[in-house]
Amino acid sequence: MLRTGSPCLEIEGLVKDVGPIPSLDGRMKRILAGVDLVARQGEITVILGVNGAGKTTTLECAQGLQTRTAGTVRLLGQDPARADAELRSRVGIMLQEGGLPPAARPLHLLRHVAGMYTDPRPVDELARRLGIDEFASTTIRRLSGGQKQRVALAAALIGRPEVVFLDEPSAGLDPQSRQLVVALIEELRAEGLGIVLTTHLLDDAERLADVVHILDRGRVVASGTVAELLAHRRDAARRLTLTAEPGLPLADAFAGSAAEVAEGPAGQYTVDGELTTADLLALASWLHERGIMPHSLELGAQNLEDVFLAIAAESAAESPQEHRA
Amino acid sequence: MSAARLARRVWQQGRYETGAMLRNGEQLILMLVLPLLGLVGLTMTPFLDGLGASRIDVAAPGILALCTMSVGFTGQGIATGFDRRYGVLRFLSTTPLGRGGLIAGKVVAVLVVLAVQVVVVGGVALALGWRPAPSGVLLGIPLLALGAAAFTALGLLIAGTARPEATLAVTNLVWILLGVFGGIVLPATRLPAALEPVVGFLPSGALGEALRAASLEGTLNLPAAAVLAIWAAVAGTAATRWFRWS
Repeated sequence: MLRTGSPCLEIEGLVKDVGPIPSLDGRMKRILAGVDLVARQGEITVILGVNGAGKTTTLECAQGLQTRTAGTVRLLGQDPARADAELRSRVGIMLQEGGLPPAARPLHLLRHVAGMYTDPRPVDELARRLGIDEFASTTIRRLSGGQKQRVALAAALIGRPEVVFLDEPSAGLDPQSRQLVVALIEELRAEGLGIVLTTHLLDDAERLADVVHILDRGRVVASGTVAELLAHRRDAARRLTLTAEPGLPLADAFAGSAAEVAEGPAGQYTVDGELTTADLLALASWLHERGIMPHSLELGAQNLEDVFLAIAAESAAESPQEHRA
Repeated sequence: MSAARLARRVWQQGRYETGAMLRNGEQLILMLVLPLLGLVGLTMTPFLDGLGASRIDVAAPGILALCTMSVGFTGQGIATGFDRRYGVLRFLSTTPLGRGGLIAGKVVAVLVVLAVQVVVVGGVALALGWRPAPSGVLLGIPLLALGAAAFTALGLLIAGTARPEATLAVTNLVWILLGVFGGIVLPATRLPAALEPVVGFLPSGALGEALRAASLEGTLNLPAAAVLAIWAAVAGTAATRWFRWS
C-alpha cells in the first residue's frame, strides 16, 4: 500500500480523438484536448463536469479501457494501457452502467468476482455493509437503479484495491443509499485508498472532494480544493443572504450603497454588490435599532455551483469553437 | 505461480459461464432439446436410408456436430453479445482475469457444455443403437474441439461486431439454415444438387463429414479437417482483429 499523499494517478496532456465521424464530414472528434491531473492516495479526487465534458473518457483512459491518442498516464506508476493482472488486482473499478450481468444474483456474482483476487474482502460483510443482503436473491435485472449501484460498488471494492475509480457513484441513489455510499467512500479514504470519482452533482463534490478538477469540453479548466475554488471566485461577486420576518424594508439599510436588495420567498433576503464593512455595520445598526434578530445571516454564500457556472461561461467565451482535429 | 493463478481464474470464469448457460432455458433448448429431437426424428424417418449404414449410425455424428454449433456459435455468441451490451465484458476485463482470461473462460465454458452434450446426446444415441468405430471415438474428440474452436470464433466475431439483437437473430437463423442445408446433419448427397459442391467448404459441412467419416469408418477425412482448421484460424484472426469490447 502506498503512502497517503503519494500520487496514484498522474495524467499529463491526455488527448483522445474518436472517429471518423460521418456528421463531421469524416473528421475525428476530439473528446479530450490535453487533460492534466494528479490523484493521490488517501484523497478523494473529484472530476466534475456536465454530461459530455469527457469525464468517463478520462476515467477509461486512466483504467486502460480505452486507448489514448496522445499524452501519458501513470496508474500506480505503470501504464494502464499495458496493465497486467498484478496492476488490475490493485485497482477497483465501478463503471457507469454497472457492468453487471442481468441474470445473475448479487451475492453469487460478488463471490465470483471475489474469486478473481488473492485476498478479497469477505463478501457477506461487504454485502451487509451496503445493504445488499436485503435483496441478495433477486436477479440483477429486477433491482432498482440504486440497488444495482450498490452491487457495482461492492464489486469494485471486493478485491481490496489501493485505488478505486467510481463513475457517477451516486447516480440513481435514494437519500438513504447515498448516505451509505458516501460514508463508505469516506471510510475508504481514511484507510488510505486513492479515490477518483466523477460526478455532475455539485453536492457530491462539496461533500466528498479533497481536490476537484472541473472538466469542460475535454480540458481541466480549474483545479483545487472546494475552498480554493470558492475563494477564486470570491471577488467576482459578493452576496449576503439573510432570513428574518417577511416584508422588512431592508433596502433602507443600504441606502447609501450600490447593493441591490431583493426579497425572494417571503422572509428570505439577498443583498448583491460590492459590499464593504461599512455596509455590514449599517445593516447591523439597522437591525439593532428595530430589535430584529435574523434567523440566519451568511456572507459570500456562494456554492460550487456558482463557481462551476462562472468557469464554464468563461471557458466557453475563450474557446467558442468546438475542438476538432 | 502467476500462470497457476491465471489458470485458476480462467477455470472459475469457465465454471461461472457454464452455470449461466445451463441455467438458461432457451440455451438448454438449443443445446440439448433440439439436438435430441433431431436425433430421435432422424431414426424414425427415412431421410438417412440407403447410405450403407443404419439411421442412427449416420445421424449420431451429425447431431454431435450440431451440438458443437449450438454451444459455440449460437449459445456463446448470444451470451457474449448481451454481456457486451451490459458492460459485463468491460467490467470483468478490469479484474485480474483480464481480456485474455475472459475469452479463455468462454472457451472453457463451451468445452464443458460440449462435454455434457456429448455425454447426454451420445448416451441417448448409444441407447438407440449407435455403434461408432472404436478408432472413430478417439478421432472424434479432437474434431469436436476443432469444430468448437471454429464455431466459437465465428460466434464471438458476430457478438463483438453486431448489436446483441442482431447477433441473436443472425446466430439463430444461421443455426437453422446450416442445420438443415449446411451438410451438418444431412450428408451433402442428401441435399439439393446445387448445394452439394458448396457444403464441403462450410464449417458445418466439414465438421459433419469429418465426424461421420470417423464414426462410420474410423478414418480421418483430412480435407474436411483442413477446411475446419482454416475456418477456425480465419475466424479467430478476424475476431481478434475486429472484436469490440464496448
